[in-house]
Amino acid sequence: MPNIEVAGKSYETDEEGYLVNLADWNTDVANYMAQTENITMTDSHWEVVNFLREYFEEYQIAPAVRVLTKAIGKKLGAEKGNSEYLYGLFPYGPGKQACKIAGLPKPTGCI
Amino acid sequence: MLNIINKSPMTSVTLDTCLNTAAGGDILLIEDAVYAATKGNAAEARLRQAMDQFKIYVLMPDLEARGLGDRLIDGISPVDYGGFVDLTSNNKTCQSWL
Amino acid sequence: MSDAKKFMFVNRKAPYGTIYALESLEVVLITAAFDQDVSLAFLDDGVYQLKKGQQTKGIEIKNFSPAYRALEDYDVEKLYVEKEAMDARGLTEDDFLVPVTVLSRAEMGKLMEEQDVVLSF
Repeated sequence: MPNIEVAGKSYETDEEGYLVNLADWNTDVANYMAQTENITMTDSHWEVVNFLREYFEEYQIAPAVRVLTKAIGKKLGAEKGNSEYLYGLFPYGPGKQACKIAGLPKPTGCI
Repeated sequence: MLNIINKSPMTSVTLDTCLNTAAGGDILLIEDAVYAATKGNAAEARLRQAMDQFKIYVLMPDLEARGLGDRLIDGISPVDYGGFVDLTSNNKTCQSWL
Repeated sequence: MSDAKKFMFVNRKAPYGTIYALESLEVVLITAAFDQDVSLAFLDDGVYQLKKGQQTKGIEIKNFSPAYRALEDYDVEKLYVEKEAMDARGLTEDDFLVPVTVLSRAEMGKLMEEQDVVLSF
């Protein structure tokens, strides 16, 4: 298993760079993950990342993009619950990138 | 619908559940489910009773492999692998009960 | 949605003892992501998958039961429980962590006949 070093601490990741232990997650790790994805975290990014963590806490799954989009729309408003907005924040896929930054596994059904 | 069963009726309720639930159609007994197709086994009466509602087939290579090729219950139709394929293509859907 | 196929997932195994329940759930989520008409049937010990209050800390296996509550987000809203299986296990509708439709064996059999694809777990 590859490890990442963040702020002097070592964290276990899988071969695609996802955090192995959900409990290891903290904002330092999130910022590091974002950097490897060429994303500069803003409040809008955090909103999605925090939403994902809450969703996982509640349902124990990382939602598929379609489901995430719909759920975000319900919670944060229609102007954010659309792919244009979410892909604007996470160009290589809100499922894939935001989940990685949130310390979640890759969404089920994500190819 | 073609219902495929592969568990012995003496160790699993799968055949029973299929007989109780499925609306009718074909049943094919394969692998360890072929024991259900043999004379004198505990499920024989149940299977005979089900013949009104279902057409029952058994995969002969599996029955022969278990040394029971000569014990087939009357009314159950033996098929080979070609017959297996025909059954799957002649039915609109197919459920492999686990 | 007009070319969506009717998929039914038949669940007959209890959770945790074998991997079937979890595997089924994962395939359900993937199938739903492709906009198919998905329904879930719970027969035999499969009805135990929906029992409320699962606590898996002690066996160190992930509790995947909360995911059944997410099925609604995936537009999977057709969950059918076989009445005879539920009764035989001393369970009632109140024991389940999601709303379900309870069907008799005969009704369940009829529903299976209406499917394009039936996958058994």
